[in-house]
Amino acid sequence: MKKSVLLGALTVAGLAAGAAAAGTLDDVKARGKLNCGVTTGLVGFAAPDANGEWKGFDVAVCRAVAAAVLNDPTAVEFVPTTGKTRFTALASGEIDMLARNTTWTFSRDVDLKFTFVGVNYYDGQGFMVPKALGVTSAKELDGATVCIQTGTTTELNLADFFRANNISYEPVPIETNAEGQQQYLAGACDTYTTDASGLAATRATFENPGDHVLLPEIISKEPLGPLVRHGDDEWGDVVRWTLNALITAEELGVTSTNINEMAANTTNPEVARLLGTEGTLGEMLGLDAEWSKRAIAAEGNYGEVFAKNIGEETPIGLARGLNAQWTNGGLIYSPPFR
Amino acid sequence: MPMSDTHAHSVAFVRTEEVPTAPPPSNAAGPAKWVKDNLFATPLNGLLTLVALYFIYAILSSALPWIMGGIWQAPSLAACREILDGASAACFAVLSERWNQLLFGFQYPDDQYWRPGLAFILLFVAAAPVLFFDLPRKLLAFTAIYPFIAYYLLWGGTVFVPILAFVGIVGGFLVYQRLVAGSFAAGFFGGIIAAFVIWTIGGWLIPDNASANAALPAVPSRYMGGFMLNMMLGVTCVSLSVPIGIALALGRQSSMPLIKWICVVFIEFIRGVPLITLLFVANVMLAYFFPPGSGVDLFLRVVIMITMFSAAYIAEVIRGGLAALPKGQYEAADSLGLDYPQAMRLIILPQALKISIPGIVNVAVGLFKDTTLVSVISMFDMVGMIRGPILASTEWNGVYWELFGFAALLFFIVCYGISQYSQWLERRLATDHR
Repeated sequence: MKKSVLLGALTVAGLAAGAAAAGTLDDVKARGKLNCGVTTGLVGFAAPDANGEWKGFDVAVCRAVAAAVLNDPTAVEFVPTTGKTRFTALASGEIDMLARNTTWTFSRDVDLKFTFVGVNYYDGQGFMVPKALGVTSAKELDGATVCIQTGTTTELNLADFFRANNISYEPVPIETNAEGQQQYLAGACDTYTTDASGLAATRATFENPGDHVLLPEIISKEPLGPLVRHGDDEWGDVVRWTLNALITAEELGVTSTNINEMAANTTNPEVARLLGTEGTLGEMLGLDAEWSKRAIAAEGNYGEVFAKNIGEETPIGLARGLNAQWTNGGLIYSPPFR
Repeated sequence: MPMSDTHAHSVAFVRTEEVPTAPPPSNAAGPAKWVKDNLFATPLNGLLTLVALYFIYAILSSALPWIMGGIWQAPSLAACREILDGASAACFAVLSERWNQLLFGFQYPDDQYWRPGLAFILLFVAAAPVLFFDLPRKLLAFTAIYPFIAYYLLWGGTVFVPILAFVGIVGGFLVYQRLVAGSFAAGFFGGIIAAFVIWTIGGWLIPDNASANAALPAVPSRYMGGFMLNMMLGVTCVSLSVPIGIALALGRQSSMPLIKWICVVFIEFIRGVPLITLLFVANVMLAYFFPPGSGVDLFLRVVIMITMFSAAYIAEVIRGGLAALPKGQYEAADSLGLDYPQAMRLIILPQALKISIPGIVNVAVGLFKDTTLVSVISMFDMVGMIRGPILASTEWNGVYWELFGFAALLFFIVCYGISQYSQWLERRLATDHR
């Protein structure tokens, strides 16, 4: 008898703990702040500015979620994480979501028990060479010395690519991107390889960026996106559809400047559903009707966020490429709001 | 015939007055002699001198123009390069724009910078009577309350927290004094229990929202950063680990097996594990043991780990000092009828600590530099600020020498200061016949 009481109590306690762990949305609302994991600093994606304010492409996702859930894009506690600490920070509940240019892979999704809610940047590994080398394709790099960060997937991708094309290379192992930059500029290697966005950002800091070119080949898939813990699908839906709202807003031509006008005067039923003037999408998510309107107004739609932080007008100067809307030949595609 | 006459006739010239003193030949005194003796003593030495001079010239001739021609005012690296227009010179503008982030981290509210500044100045006042024992002993009273003042200045919030901490320690000390006459153990544990009782009761009395409208706004410790964080970690951990290290060293020599083995296992375990591993444990592993949201502050976890680490090393240094004392010193203390605490306090430790000073300073300097390791667990100390936010900003990505040179300069000043102090202390304490 006593044993069954004890077991019963344990069960109740376990259920209560499970329920408490499941309600991230309620936790965030009760706390009044969103704990969002970001990188300790990556040009264009997340970095504090001179006033200590976080800015960047990943940061915008955090702000949009905070605006949707808490009605305040500044109600975010940014928790900086390194490549080594990011997953434990999320798994232990220290952060509610991770927006840290993290590649969506099978093992991270399945084995580490995270849910990637979407892709906000399609990256891939590329090559940078000095113009003077006269190379126009990565396949002409036979016998080249290559600066490569050790212990990363880029190292494995590089070996695969050269073996598949039956050409040889000489690796120059480096530890960090900063070291790679210096080695490449000092001429220690003919070409530097890492994610294409990183190459573009690196090239932007050179004294003469025009002397270096990025080769057209992209030799790996690196879909980067925000992620949450397994097992709390309500919260996962909130983050997923906030990201989708930013993407859909660009597709439908809703921007942070015309959003109020669109909400009032639109005749397009999908815009009306997106902005909450029609239907009950917000309610289904456990939020109010204007959640997506606030998310879009926070930092703008996907295209605005891209242009402001990493687009061609910025020093980083990334073209949309794969990250153009599907209507423009890219991969950015949101399921419909209906 | 007088002698002088004979003499006068036998030689052609006799000097009647003293020769005026002439300066020594130029190659036997002064700078010329020094140069000859020290730089060109042998052909090989001369050759080495010339080679060394060439290297010094080569380094300075490129480094000095780079430093002197540095740009101090520009909004970004690109703007810097535009101003330089192809010339090679430093872009110190990153320092003049981001100095506050390098010193205080990027989240400390900028209208509150005077608080860490004041705490830093008061640190010297508090440390002076400990470091220079010619100063009046009454100054030690300020040293005793400095930790509470510094805590209040840095973290802010309600003034009751540091006051309560202080009252708890005073209460514990009074109980210790009352009981220690009976037995040391009773006094020691009685004092600790009394302090905890006071803290628990006081904790209930302080209202939850006491920090809301405090005179100094509360700053959470994850907002601390930059060189301030290195100083905070270094000062806290060194000052905590010296007493703990002494206790561990004495415990390791104890004749009581339980205490001895606890100390041995602790020291050997901590010394056998890299500091970076302990920091990862503090950051990553401990987060699993606390329920989400109620975890112990990361700063506190890191302080505990670094203190444990350096205490183990300092314990071994002090054990070396204890072992260096002749056995006669222990026997002399016994024959005077002193009990263990008295013998240690009056005879053994003063001598053992004196021998250990160079080793302790060595550990302290190493520890202070090791505080930069916290950058790998995403704390924004000085190196973390440089590697993370500043190098990742679109304005300053690509500036390396200026930033790391500045960090090296600050660390050099502090470490060289510590080293000079320890040399002065050794000369000052050189009273024995060694």
